[in-house]
Amino acid sequence: MKKQLVLEDGTIFVGEGFGSERETIGEIVFNTGMTGYQEVISDPSYCGQLVTFTYPLIGNYGVNRDDFETVNPSLLGVVVKEHCEQPSNFRSEETLDEFLKAKEIPGISGIDTRKLTKIIRKHGTMKAMLTSTERPVNEVLQILSETELATDQVKQVSTVKPYVVPGRGYRIVLIDYGMKHGILREFTKRNCHVTVVPYNTSAEEIERLKPDGVMLSNGPGDPKNVPEAIETVRKLIGAVPIFGICLGHQLIALASGGDTTKMKFGHRGSNQPVKDIESGRTYITSQNHGYAVDKDSLTHTDLTLTQTSLNDETVEGLQHNRFPVFTAQYHPESSPGPEDTSHLFDEFLRQVKENLANEKGDSACQNVQI
Amino acid sequence: MPKRTDIKRIMVIGSGPIVIGQAAEFDYSGTQACQSLKEEGYEVILANSNPATIMTDHTFADQVYMEPLTVEFLQKIIRKEKPDAILPTLGGQTGLNMAVGLSESGILEQYGVELLGTPLEAIEKAEDREKFRSLMHQMKEPVPESEIVSSVDEALSFADDIGYPVIVRPAYTMGGAGGGMCDDEAQLRETARNGLALSPVKQCLIEKNIAGFKEVEYEVMRDKSDHAIVVCNMENFDPVGIHTGDSIVVAPSQTLSDREYQMLRNASLDIIRALEIEGGCNVQLALDPHSFQYYVIEVNPRVSRSSALASKATGYPIAKLAAKIAVGMTLDEIQNPITGTTYACFEPALDYVVTKIPRWPFDKFAKGNRKLGTQMKATGEVMSIGRTLEESLLKGVRSLEGETEELYMSSIADLSKEQMFTRMKSADDERIFILAEALRRKHTIQELHEQTGIDYFFLNKLQNIIHLEEELKQHGLQEDLLLRVKRAGFADRQIARLAERSIDDVMAYRKERSILPVYKMVDTCAGEFASETPYFYSSYEDENESLPSSNKKVLVIGSGPIRIGQGVEFDYATVHSVLALKEMGYEAIIMNNNPETVSTDFSVSDKLYFEPLTLEDVMNVIDLEEPEGVIIQFGGQTAINLVEGLSRQGVQILGTTMDAINQTEDRDLFEQLLNKLEIAKPGGESVTSEEEALKAAAHIGYPLVVRPSYVLGGRAMAIVYSEEELKTYLKTNVTVHNGHPILIDKYMTGMEIEVDAITDGHDVFIPGIMEHIERAGVHSGDSMGVYPTQRLAQSLEDQCIEATTKIARELNMKGLINIQFVVFEDTAYVLEVNPRASRTVPFLSKITGVPMAKLATQVILGEKLPELGFPSGVAPKPNGVYVKVPVFSFEKLRSVDTTLGPEMKSTGEVIGYDQTLEKALFKGMISAGLKIPTQGSVLLTVADKDKSEMLEIAQTFYELGFQLFATEGTAAVIEEAKIPVEAVGKVGSDQRDVIDLIQNGDVQFVVNTLNTGSRARSDGFRIRREAVEHGIACLTSLDTAKAIVDVINVMTFTARAIPPMEAVRNS
Repeated sequence: MKKQLVLEDGTIFVGEGFGSERETIGEIVFNTGMTGYQEVISDPSYCGQLVTFTYPLIGNYGVNRDDFETVNPSLLGVVVKEHCEQPSNFRSEETLDEFLKAKEIPGISGIDTRKLTKIIRKHGTMKAMLTSTERPVNEVLQILSETELATDQVKQVSTVKPYVVPGRGYRIVLIDYGMKHGILREFTKRNCHVTVVPYNTSAEEIERLKPDGVMLSNGPGDPKNVPEAIETVRKLIGAVPIFGICLGHQLIALASGGDTTKMKFGHRGSNQPVKDIESGRTYITSQNHGYAVDKDSLTHTDLTLTQTSLNDETVEGLQHNRFPVFTAQYHPESSPGPEDTSHLFDEFLRQVKENLANEKGDSACQNVQI
Repeated sequence: MPKRTDIKRIMVIGSGPIVIGQAAEFDYSGTQACQSLKEEGYEVILANSNPATIMTDHTFADQVYMEPLTVEFLQKIIRKEKPDAILPTLGGQTGLNMAVGLSESGILEQYGVELLGTPLEAIEKAEDREKFRSLMHQMKEPVPESEIVSSVDEALSFADDIGYPVIVRPAYTMGGAGGGMCDDEAQLRETARNGLALSPVKQCLIEKNIAGFKEVEYEVMRDKSDHAIVVCNMENFDPVGIHTGDSIVVAPSQTLSDREYQMLRNASLDIIRALEIEGGCNVQLALDPHSFQYYVIEVNPRVSRSSALASKATGYPIAKLAAKIAVGMTLDEIQNPITGTTYACFEPALDYVVTKIPRWPFDKFAKGNRKLGTQMKATGEVMSIGRTLEESLLKGVRSLEGETEELYMSSIADLSKEQMFTRMKSADDERIFILAEALRRKHTIQELHEQTGIDYFFLNKLQNIIHLEEELKQHGLQEDLLLRVKRAGFADRQIARLAERSIDDVMAYRKERSILPVYKMVDTCAGEFASETPYFYSSYEDENESLPSSNKKVLVIGSGPIRIGQGVEFDYATVHSVLALKEMGYEAIIMNNNPETVSTDFSVSDKLYFEPLTLEDVMNVIDLEEPEGVIIQFGGQTAINLVEGLSRQGVQILGTTMDAINQTEDRDLFEQLLNKLEIAKPGGESVTSEEEALKAAAHIGYPLVVRPSYVLGGRAMAIVYSEEELKTYLKTNVTVHNGHPILIDKYMTGMEIEVDAITDGHDVFIPGIMEHIERAGVHSGDSMGVYPTQRLAQSLEDQCIEATTKIARELNMKGLINIQFVVFEDTAYVLEVNPRASRTVPFLSKITGVPMAKLATQVILGEKLPELGFPSGVAPKPNGVYVKVPVFSFEKLRSVDTTLGPEMKSTGEVIGYDQTLEKALFKGMISAGLKIPTQGSVLLTVADKDKSEMLEIAQTFYELGFQLFATEGTAAVIEEAKIPVEAVGKVGSDQRDVIDLIQNGDVQFVVNTLNTGSRARSDGFRIRREAVEHGIACLTSLDTAKAIVDVINVMTFTARAIPPMEAVRNS
């Protein structure tokens, strides 16, 4: 079936539909990773977006049962040059087309994705509609201009109820703003006892769980759309060691008095270099974000800039000046992408351990006083 | 970290001559390295014995030594130049071996010379099989079960333990020379013996066979701050078992999920870190298609053929950055040269598919063993870029310039099912065409997978192509279908065949419907950042990114893949033409498809189109760019072959016209031309049937030189001595001369002379005249050439100059011209006129200091030689003697006859120069890898016609103290001349025969000339092959043998008794 992808600036791409036949409207973005489409498609941070893959052949190794980052993908559409109908890999269970059909996600193939990518690069991400070619373009443009994109993506993708992934190690509360399974995997790999809680869980409820550390997950959209989360984080800072990834990183900045801004077209891919200011080392990271912490806004906060993007010098990592609170804008859990920064989870647990030792020391002192 | 300031002078070691396994890619890497170091303000001293390279130009290095790449000569250079450091990791295996040798010799320590790039221990850990294995064990990286052996018996006993098949990998050999897969004891015995003989440390690795695994390569880089990145990963179309240099390779990997990709990425980065490499490194891995099990196969701790490919595939210039890393810079401070706005510390993202296809020499070595295995056989490769795999693959196929522009070959369509399946399974150079044919005959991809182990993904892509072929056959030209097949990379010619229309029809139909290619940019970042890099490929997509400028511009056609007869020399000329154009203020646009070369470095030209060089592809670029004209003189036969088509399309050919080219290539026109100009040529005729041929032969008289017209590098050229031989020749070469006549010439035994000249149509400037050591009859590319001439009388030289001038003027040529003469009884006869850049352009340019390609480009664009300071005349001869010595790759090519003849066989060349001919020859021969022992034994076995001439050589060998062995007939002649000789049996005789002698290494030289008669032929063949496989110099031309004894004579002192009194008195 012929489909068209219409951008709000009036550009039209005509291609073949695959996946679901549904119509969809969302923000059009691009990802430059050459592998990892299954992880990208199932990453909740893409909630509300249509993802263009810049690599032209997508679906080559099929879809397997292992590499999901969430059970139900929340992205709105998939845009490719070519989707593979005969995948080849020992783990492949189904084709991309079959998977997208099952999950009711529409796709379009056969379009000049490089042209589309360049438009997004030049003009920034924008609204786009994926629909049948039968719908007149004027009508589509009208719909596009009238449609307000969702602002409640975190609510859409966060868990409704808390749940526990038991372990015998440190007790971690993981706030789910749209968590990738990869983050959870890093903690279970380290034998942690993880309690995953909804995005709007209050600081008090979290403290009742007596966590050794709190992990703020990634998630979709503008961090300012979740004021309740910012409030919770503000209360938790200083009470418990915190590690924030992606949206979690932005929430820590906002909670500390910093600001975030929308980027022109964001960072989405597996090859983003990040420089660690103290060590001078640059790491290749996996990224997916459309908002960034405003560097200048950090001046009057308790946060120190620790890492920046080598390419555009945007904020990639922060450290709190007084408390064991640190962040990464990128994805140390990879999935997809390089695993070069997974040591950040070790660093977090080291801080957790140190904090526990200090607390024990403090309570020991108190005991003496009594 | 900023670059080091404690070092100022850096010596770069090149890779020497082009051989199979070490080709033009090292000219590219070396040139980049030299430029990169100079850019940073270092003084560069370059050592490379290969005169055909661009890196050996003074523009790229401050001091150039074209001396033999041996420890001895490099020591001399170090003593003289006193460099602060040496950079050996850009000169291939040769560079690494030299680094190891120099370090062991102690000279580096003595002169305080530091080794840059990669620590010596790392080189050893990666190259020494034992150390590598123990490092891998230590790192818990899996390697296939294997054992290092130093004898055949050890190899056999290990194979018994792990079971056949096994793979033999000799230590420290390039291109896997001497290795191979063995299915049984007999094969292992043979391969292990051969491998041990070729390994400089007499070691082989016997390895468990993991054939059928996916073969995946990672190109990684690391700097001294321990940043390590992946530039590119690649997946082989052919599974493990075929040398990666002989495999079709695609980039990036296609069938690896992110988990597999990251698993292998981690392993590769861990390895480069453990080895502490500072620069580039290539890691080859094998991945089980059915699990996450993988093995590390091999690590190359240096830039390689794969890194050249990765650089062109991604746009990320590995060698350039490796040089910067070597002087202490780090990836996070070096700018990404392609975007100009981002940094080199990142991993390129591709938004296209790259295919590399090897170019094998079996069109020239039809009798060679075509089976592919662990020993590389390809001489070069092509790369192609597309937005679909099908497009990328088909563009690659037509870049090969083989007999077909698609996956269809008529010779394969004729194969039986059994033949097809046998060849498919055993894998040869035509496997991809066989696979396509099998699919056409409705064999399933399951069947194909069972035979070949090739991944279903790739077989499905082939199936897609075949399905489109069927649709075209069924429906003919249809707009929608046409767009689909163009997107899948079909050429108009292929469409025409299938739709049963003419090419012109297809093109017209396509253009009417605006089905035209657009050009996309290679930018390392998949469009994420703006990029100014003028590096493009075509695709049938929406948006065209290559916007033509309004500048005056010229298109230069490159020479395509490196093959025998068309080597890196043509790239040299192409690059210089482009540089000259830029200097003259033109926008210089280049089209080429060879990833190994300097010409396809995007920083050389103003615009690079990485495209096949068929008429269709070239016309597409011309239609877009509308250049003032096209220069075809520097692209070898590849470009010349386009002249007719381009002219027909009304394209302006700059320089020598198509009409002039025709007059030199068309036999009758050529003869008329020479007659008119009263220039001598050997009597000859052009014939189109056997009957005519025999008549002509009788008329001219034997021996004869026979060849098809319009061929390259003397392909299918032969000397025949009798009618019987002529008949055989005609029978076996019918396919070659298809459409073009066969040329029959009188074979004249005389000295061959080669003249290279530049002409503006009036003035003719001759940079140099060379004479060949081997007499006419040996292809000029395979002869040792000497400059200036040593034996040529002035009157003959004048004849050559006069003839050259007359021809150039008569044809109103503009640009380069190369003429070959044979001197016979005081007359110089014209053998051949090449209206284009020849193989000797770089050699002569360097020696004489005349920038030949640049001058040629200037006159092509209308300038006059006198105005440029080069009026008619011959360049003054420099001091000293310069020789060009050919280099062969026979040890890599089983079953190829090594005898020299009219058909070119060498893959590369070296230079030797010194004050005398003998010294120059010695250096040239050493550079070429010939061992020249000054004592020992020599085996002589020559044809009857050569026996009297051989005596002089036998005599000198004897006087030098060599022991002589000879086969019976030859021995009788030697004995008769009162020279002591030991006769040995012919091949297969009961007593000790010649083969035993060679196999036991009892002789250091073999002198063998081609005999007539089939028995003698096959015996001679055995002798020559045995010599090659045992690393013994086999001289098949008496002229070469004479030159060598002369050299030995000068290098040594003879032991001769003083003559008796009577003799003195009598004299």
